[in-house]
Amino acid sequence: MSVNLDAAPGAVRTSAPAPRGKARRGLSRAGALFVSPYVLFLVVVFAVPLVYTVWISFHRFYFTAPGTDIDSPWVGLSNYRDVFTDPVVGQAFLNILIFLVINVPLTVGLSLVLAAALNSKIRGRGFFRAAFYVPYVTASVALVAVWQFLFGSDGFVNHLLGSHAPDPSWLVNSHLAMPMIAVFVTWKQLGFFVMLYLASLQNVGKELYEASAMDGAGKVRQFFSVTVPGVRPATTLVVIYAIITGANLFSEPYLLTGGGGPDHASTSPVLLMYQKGIEQGHPDFAAALGVVLVAFVMVVSIAARKLTERGD
Amino acid sequence: MSATTPRPTRRLSAGSAVRYVLLSLGAVAFLFPFYYMVVGSLRGQTVGDLSAAVPSGLTGDNYAAVNSAISLGRSLLNSGIMTIGVLLCTLVFGVLAGYALAQLRFRGKGAVFAALLLVQMIPFQLLTLPLYVLVVRDYGLGDNYLGMILPFAINSTAVFLFRQFFAQMPQSLFEAARIDGASELRILWRIALPMARPAVLTALLLTFIGPWNEFLWPFLVTKDADMQPLAVSLASFLSNLQGTVANPAGALLAGACVLALPAVVLFLLFQRHFTSTDIDSGVKG
Repeated sequence: MSVNLDAAPGAVRTSAPAPRGKARRGLSRAGALFVSPYVLFLVVVFAVPLVYTVWISFHRFYFTAPGTDIDSPWVGLSNYRDVFTDPVVGQAFLNILIFLVINVPLTVGLSLVLAAALNSKIRGRGFFRAAFYVPYVTASVALVAVWQFLFGSDGFVNHLLGSHAPDPSWLVNSHLAMPMIAVFVTWKQLGFFVMLYLASLQNVGKELYEASAMDGAGKVRQFFSVTVPGVRPATTLVVIYAIITGANLFSEPYLLTGGGGPDHASTSPVLLMYQKGIEQGHPDFAAALGVVLVAFVMVVSIAARKLTERGD
Repeated sequence: MSATTPRPTRRLSAGSAVRYVLLSLGAVAFLFPFYYMVVGSLRGQTVGDLSAAVPSGLTGDNYAAVNSAISLGRSLLNSGIMTIGVLLCTLVFGVLAGYALAQLRFRGKGAVFAALLLVQMIPFQLLTLPLYVLVVRDYGLGDNYLGMILPFAINSTAVFLFRQFFAQMPQSLFEAARIDGASELRILWRIALPMARPAVLTALLLTFIGPWNEFLWPFLVTKDADMQPLAVSLASFLSNLQGTVANPAGALLAGACVLALPAVVLFLLFQRHFTSTDIDSGVKG
């Protein structure tokens, strides 16, 4: 751009098209070549498995030893019928909803408050940012080990609470297992959303705060009428992330609540896919469940987007 | 004058006091489990009561115990190979793709970019079952590093970061080199990449935590204990090997410390490169 501005206008007009035309032809080969490994990756890791799941979900499918071939007969919607009549499937989807109902408001509330508190020139800003971010970069498996120890029936938290400790304890209580997972995930990922809101707060105009202060709005009033609407795009992202996380839940129910909690109280759809598909050898059931889960994620995402954007 | 000046300062200091209280409460909530993890891993007898939070009678026995139960060195090596494989693939192929998407024209560019954005919205765990069937059964890559690396080989978020960074560079910068007859690969290597070092560092940090911390996929593809990365062997210790050592909770926390340490140290070392704007651009898709 700047080069063209410096040159004489006549010279630009006559000389520009020729090299650009030549360049365009040459470029297209390099571009396609550069991007091809990534495209191959997307096909092998995303497109083929996605299509394969749908295919498996309509067939009777068995795991076989490599080299042996067993027929996979077409069974229509039979796998889907099994999925929809299995009560544990319903429980697993209900569990994601419980997860979302707890995780989304907690994440939005806590990370927005912490980001607002962090959004000024205060001492120790770097320390606080690092402290909030540390759980986010740490492996779930390591954190699950600590939480099991903190919230076990003979753990730190119950010792603090004494006779107020829940019975059965947190992780083995059918009412508390799923909420515990939601709180754990909120805690683990909060730092990420604090940073997201912090970036988003930079885009909220200072003049809005000045104008509302002029109108006599206090700090709390300002928070709700300027800050909260100002960071709405970030809030939409929190909701979408929560849905994806909920749909992906596996290690937390598997490890934190010992394979899905009492009476499947914290079983997630992906955990169920693992149990049905690999432990019990019904990959066709698991595939149909996967397809239902994709549909569920899409419906909930669209509904959430409609809901969060309605205010605009 | 003298009547009005004290008031704003007093209100300001009250406001910052509230800030500090909130931030400190947050910091305690975030850091206490880590403190508890480290202290618990060093105590001779680790029980869940309140005394476990006080460091006393410290010993390294738990590290030796978890090492003998799951061979830490071998697990760490497996984690390292898996992570380095992913980082290399993301760096090489991701930079190429990011540069092409930002600065080059080719057929299907819009479709590739759309796919890049879409992929970040797909719950990846959903694909683990068909991927497991393909990778383990059809390609025979169970208990194999290639099989462990494959699903994460090119991190799409990193590709997006590279693309954003290269797109900010003015085209005129590359035009001159093209007129001089430099190949695109040479332009990328000599001009674009040196300028993109901050983006490369951020992308590598972002990419690192994925394979290092991943549990489900390596758990599915590795049955042989000698091939399991630390997250998987620690999880198997958590669910069925704890009875084999004298102080199971301490050994478990020791393993957790070893698993947590590399990611936390890397993050703290490069924290200033890990800015909120990068995260913001990383998730905008």
